[in-house]
Amino acid sequence: MSNALAVTSASFEAEVEKSTIPVLVDFWAEWCMPCRVIGPHLDELAKTYAGKIKVVKVNVDNEPNLAGRFDIISIPTLIVFKNGQLARQKVGGLPKHEIENLFKDLI
Amino acid sequence: MAIVQDFIIIGGGAAGLAAAQYAARANLSALVIEEMAHGGQALLIDKLENYPGILTEVDGYSWSEAMHRQAESFGAAFMASSVLSIVKQGEVFLVETSDGPLQARTVLLATGAKHRHAGIPGEETFAGRGVSYCATCDGPFFKGKPIVVVGGGDAACDEAMFLAKLASRVTMVHRKDRFRAQKALAARVLGNPAISVRWTSTIDEISGDKAVRQVKLRNLESGAVETLETAAVFVFVGSEPQTAALPAGVDCDESGYVVTNQRMETSLPGLFAAGDIRTTPFRQVITAVADGAVAAHCAAQYIDELQGKAYH
Repeated sequence: MSNALAVTSASFEAEVEKSTIPVLVDFWAEWCMPCRVIGPHLDELAKTYAGKIKVVKVNVDNEPNLAGRFDIISIPTLIVFKNGQLARQKVGGLPKHEIENLFKDLI
Repeated sequence: MAIVQDFIIIGGGAAGLAAAQYAARANLSALVIEEMAHGGQALLIDKLENYPGILTEVDGYSWSEAMHRQAESFGAAFMASSVLSIVKQGEVFLVETSDGPLQARTVLLATGAKHRHAGIPGEETFAGRGVSYCATCDGPFFKGKPIVVVGGGDAACDEAMFLAKLASRVTMVHRKDRFRAQKALAARVLGNPAISVRWTSTIDEISGDKAVRQVKLRNLESGAVETLETAAVFVFVGSEPQTAALPAGVDCDESGYVVTNQRMETSLPGLFAAGDIRTTPFRQVITAVADGAVAAHCAAQYIDELQGKAYH
């Protein structure tokens, strides 16, 4: 998993929906191997695109309401939000450059 | 661009990591290029319990980590990137990556295989919404719910055993009248009271609303059709080779797997293939590892021949 900020139901609105820059949300869980696999990619992208995109994570075990709200039953799921709106959604482990392609044209 | 590596290994799964270790120990400059994470498909193994000499069962992630560290400790280099193309120019390979071009005297394709889709109507529609190809990733979403598993090979049986610990019941659907899986594993599945098997059956359709709700089962002998309620369909019907970077004209079999000789040499001199991407009767961690070792050894010999230093 990544070292990104963990977002909860309580902080989702402030951190994601009201963010002034696009947000990449990583829905993950401890037991999910591909989630561990993309963690370092997300950390590197967060560094490369600092100030342009915010990377946060949602633990689906701790936040079933958020997972339910976005109908997540397969992880990792990456969702990009722009101006509070869901702009992109992708399921499964991805190489770094494909994660980058998810948001590159939105920043 | 000036540096020409001895051995570029594309893919850091079991085959690639073993090749990296053997190449480094043979004093080759070896570089592993992996786009996802070291370990490949082995990362998804819940319990690696059939690897000789490993008595205490280990998960695929820890095992992959150990192999990665071992290869690194012998001097292999690693790079996170995607390989876009491989072209042979004279006696040097030009490997184009998403981070720029590289050069090598020999290249090992160890990009493996990925799960195949079954082609069931509804399978694409419900992918990520109840249709899954990874039990350890998505199984926990279906705790206490009924699950259908499609397939009858090692992967299907392994994953059904894992899912049986979580689901209210597991129904396996297999088009043949017996499993293709290794016998000990098949026996374990048949003895598991939480798993029932529909032999000589296929799924006509996967349907639901926002998520999977039911499948339409067809018995291939009687033609009888029935609807089975389920929360998920896990598909394990074999794999297909990842050959996107394979140079044109390299020999493949009718299923697209790369043909090699017993030295892991492809039809293009200097290009080797190892592991699941290769035409082989048995795709396991141990066979991939063995392929990798053979490929590294033979790549070293190939380079010696090139440089006129062959040991005769």
